[in-house]
Amino acid sequence: MDADNSIVVEGLVRDFKTLRAVDGIDLRVEPGEIYGFLGPNGAGKSTTVLMLTTLLPPSAGKARVAGHDVVHEGPQVRGAIGAALQEAALDPLLTGRDHLRLQATLQGLPREERQSRTAELLERVGLSEAADRKVKGYSGGMKRRLDLALALVHRPRIIFLDEPTTGLDIQSRTALWAEVARLAHDDGVTVFLTTQYLEEADVLADRVGIIDHGHIVAEGTPAALKAEIGRPSVHASPLSDGDGERVAAVLSRFGEPVSGAVRDIAVRLRDGNAGLAEVVRALDAESLTVADLELRQPTLDDVFLAKTGRSLEGSGEEEEAAAPQGGGRAGRR
Amino acid sequence: MSVTLAEQVGAVARRSVTRTLRQPASAIPPLIFPTMLMAVNSAGLKASTRLPGFPTHSFLAFALAVPFIQGALFSTMNAGTDLARDIQTGFLNRLSLTSLRGSALLAGQLAGIVTLGLFQALFYILVGLVVGVHFAAGVGGIAVLFGFAALVSLGFGALGSFLALRTGSGEAIQGLFPLLFVFLFISSFNTPRNLIGVHWFRVAATVNPVSYLIECVRSLIILGWDGEALALGFGVATTIVIVAVALATWALRRRMAR
Repeated sequence: MDADNSIVVEGLVRDFKTLRAVDGIDLRVEPGEIYGFLGPNGAGKSTTVLMLTTLLPPSAGKARVAGHDVVHEGPQVRGAIGAALQEAALDPLLTGRDHLRLQATLQGLPREERQSRTAELLERVGLSEAADRKVKGYSGGMKRRLDLALALVHRPRIIFLDEPTTGLDIQSRTALWAEVARLAHDDGVTVFLTTQYLEEADVLADRVGIIDHGHIVAEGTPAALKAEIGRPSVHASPLSDGDGERVAAVLSRFGEPVSGAVRDIAVRLRDGNAGLAEVVRALDAESLTVADLELRQPTLDDVFLAKTGRSLEGSGEEEEAAAPQGGGRAGRR
Repeated sequence: MSVTLAEQVGAVARRSVTRTLRQPASAIPPLIFPTMLMAVNSAGLKASTRLPGFPTHSFLAFALAVPFIQGALFSTMNAGTDLARDIQTGFLNRLSLTSLRGSALLAGQLAGIVTLGLFQALFYILVGLVVGVHFAAGVGGIAVLFGFAALVSLGFGALGSFLALRTGSGEAIQGLFPLLFVFLFISSFNTPRNLIGVHWFRVAATVNPVSYLIECVRSLIILGWDGEALALGFGVATTIVIVAVALATWALRRRMAR
């Protein structure tokens, strides 16, 4: 195990005037692991990334990235990491090739290697044909892929990807997932990935940390976290609104209500999958007809719900307004 | 992996120039607007040359100094808005994550501005030659003009960079631009200081450093080698460079504190 590819965080805190964006988090990311940092907008994900990439000094706590302290050994940390931050920070007037050449020069690649590395990365992210077009003509997916290529120019041992697929269509998202998985599994790169997409964390991450209001509320493999919740839930949509209370009364015999279910009536089944047949029989016995009845296995959203009492999807929007922009010193504030 | 300071400066300067060349809407106004203003002023104020003590018979030669300084003011805005945009879009964060030294970032940015400043100077000199202006200080004077243009672009470019680094907002830079133009208009840009009749205006023009920048350029065009004008002009320009670069360096250090 290569200790130099790890991320170790202890009691990390970041305050913005009156708001504590990150409140004493501890985490450890092992070399070659994809760590999914999951949480709603304003939860503290980007602020954590900015601190781990040395762009924002912590208010308290310690963090070591690639074996180096983020406060006292910034240049060593930056030499070991690559980062694609929340918005693809690209110059619309430069071409993809211009960006990669600039990055290769500033990252100190030997002159004779810059051109070949540029071509290699353009090929790798599927931008060879668009390489000499100005970035302002790129789609969101192309910009994200270029952003990833820029993060990889100097062959970092650890990469930070801050919501890399936000706003992308499913095809671009899937392509980026494949590339990230390849980086970790084939090249042994440690990946710290923030996301607000449950599916992304589920598909991609070896382990997931769920952050809410600056605290890590759950951590583990996606499978383990879901197993912790354990039981599936049954969700019923009454055919007529008037039946809502009666359907709820029937379902309540089979388990406790799922809080946060708004579009349907849901209970977490006391008897697991086996309880579904009983539910159907009970509804039938009461002559209740439902438009839809669904058995759902636990998801990471259920984990989030169980830990915070809120659903992850859409839960961050109201918090975003109150939270400061997570900008680093050099950029967004 | 290592990269020299010169390579870093070169890479950033190349980007700065490339950006400008790829957005004609920002490269052309610094050439066209000052030239148009000069043409309009020359047509309207030609009669001023008949005032006793006016230093030349050609108002065009007298007015040619103004575009040099006005163009440099445009440089302030361009340098500032470019850097502010980099801050706003997170591009500066990207650069901060490389081994780029702060001094290289600033030097590269300013090298790009100076290159464009020299191009502007060439344009104004060619315009002057085309419309028949005789450069009293000759070829040597033109060479000095280029040097002075580089110095003034450097100073104003650093000032723009400082403002960008402090505010982090392109809009704030553009908001400050008219303020900088006030300095141009309360200077000796249209009338020699000794011929300004309004007392307060003459005092304002005398304490305004922009007057000495204009008079330095003007002296090379219409007077020849005027040691006092050159000393004052270069002295003011050098002071602006020193102060603005120091401020920009300080602001960059704060912004890029990593």
